[in-house]
Amino acid sequence: MADETLKRTSLFETHLKYGGKMVPFAGWEMPVQYPAGVIAEHNAVRTACGMFDVSHMGEITVEGPDAEANLNYLLTNDFSGMHDGQARYSPMCNDEGGFVDDLIAYRKDEDEFLLVVNASNKDKDFAWIKAHIFGDVKVEDISPLVGQIALQGPKAFEILGKLVDPSGIPEEYYAAKYDVPMCGTNVMISTTGYTGEEGVEIYMPWDQAPVIWEALMEAGKDYGLIPCGLGARDTLRLEAGMPLYGHEMDDTVTPREAMLSMFVKMDKPDFIGKAAIEAGTPPKRKKVGLEVTGRGIIREHMDVYKGDKKIGVTCSGTMCPYIKKAVATALVDADERVLGTEVEVDVRGRRVPAVMVGSVFYKRG
Amino acid sequence: MALYFMKSHEWLNELDDNTVTIGISDYAQNELGGLVFVNLPEPGDEVTVDEPFADVESVKAVSDIYSPVSGTVLEINEELLDAPETINDAPYDAWFIKVENVTAHADLMTEEEYNAYCETLAE
Repeated sequence: MADETLKRTSLFETHLKYGGKMVPFAGWEMPVQYPAGVIAEHNAVRTACGMFDVSHMGEITVEGPDAEANLNYLLTNDFSGMHDGQARYSPMCNDEGGFVDDLIAYRKDEDEFLLVVNASNKDKDFAWIKAHIFGDVKVEDISPLVGQIALQGPKAFEILGKLVDPSGIPEEYYAAKYDVPMCGTNVMISTTGYTGEEGVEIYMPWDQAPVIWEALMEAGKDYGLIPCGLGARDTLRLEAGMPLYGHEMDDTVTPREAMLSMFVKMDKPDFIGKAAIEAGTPPKRKKVGLEVTGRGIIREHMDVYKGDKKIGVTCSGTMCPYIKKAVATALVDADERVLGTEVEVDVRGRRVPAVMVGSVFYKRG
Repeated sequence: MALYFMKSHEWLNELDDNTVTIGISDYAQNELGGLVFVNLPEPGDEVTVDEPFADVESVKAVSDIYSPVSGTVLEINEELLDAPETINDAPYDAWFIKVENVTAHADLMTEEEYNAYCETLAE
């Protein structure tokens, strides 16, 4: 089973210990699920707490007096006027307005930012950023130095509170605290996540991840904390309406098409992709949610029909374990994107009826 | 009951009335994980040896289920359509289809042979 070309996080042995089923993902050997299974892991995050190894994610630092100006040119969101510790989501577009990647940028101070990018895109992103920076700025790929654990669910803060002083836990959403003492090391704690649930992401020195993992497992044992794999990570993000690179977006899809216009600040001075995004407004196709009304499960890359007319293709699809509905996302002709419209999806030769809905299928109460 | 198995993890049970039932093994349900959808043929449909006759879906993936016989579908287990998790809970009770007029059999293993085969897969 072992593939020598795949990279391993520092938690590899820990995953084996907890019965993780290891699969290749974006060049890494990662747990897709543990013995509890995807459904139980998904529901643990919705009702108690789940923990994910996301050390494969990429981390790139952007430092120097021109750091903020560079982010404002490289990314579509606006990074002016952030306060230290604040985090902001953004598309990073190419000249055609398609996604190079989507990422979260953290401001540590006015001339020091951290970008967290998709594992599958990290090398491409780093090369892209280095090719487009200007002025007095230094970018560095620190991914090999940084481990990351996501602790997600309604019990996440109680569990974290057993190991970290309250002063180390950010009070607002999308914020980070730096150099927080935890388990004998210093970590960065951010109130972010990819599940639609409250929780944190903890960034630590690469080789400290197993110590922190075990401490969290112990702290969470009375709270229903279980380890979760990439399978549940995907069903959770889809249920919560969060896009995934390679599915809802890629280098041919613009933020407008992906319904992410709120993260594109057209009133900002020039940024990469601005002219193309402007030229592509209004977009010809748009993302929509689909909820299956008949029998079946829609998956990615399936054709969407209104009557006999093909109006789009699905991006992602699954049976969502918590809301117990089969849902999907699709890119459809913008003119046809009317919520409530009944459509059919070609599921391996069988037409499965569905209805167009918003793509946030679950919102926490 | 004496069950016979395919390498692709379906089981076959030969009943006294010359019909057979077909399902998937405990090893298969464990590998697939929690099942959330089952697609079955209709009574009267023909099934062909070594060809897919149904599919099952976990949260993550779709898997074809292969027929150990050629014949005609006499009955389907409609309970599975509403409760696919039955297959995870009791794989040897959760038959998918009952087949009559069996004209051909796949190369099948006894339970003992199958268990030995599964052990080689675990390595």
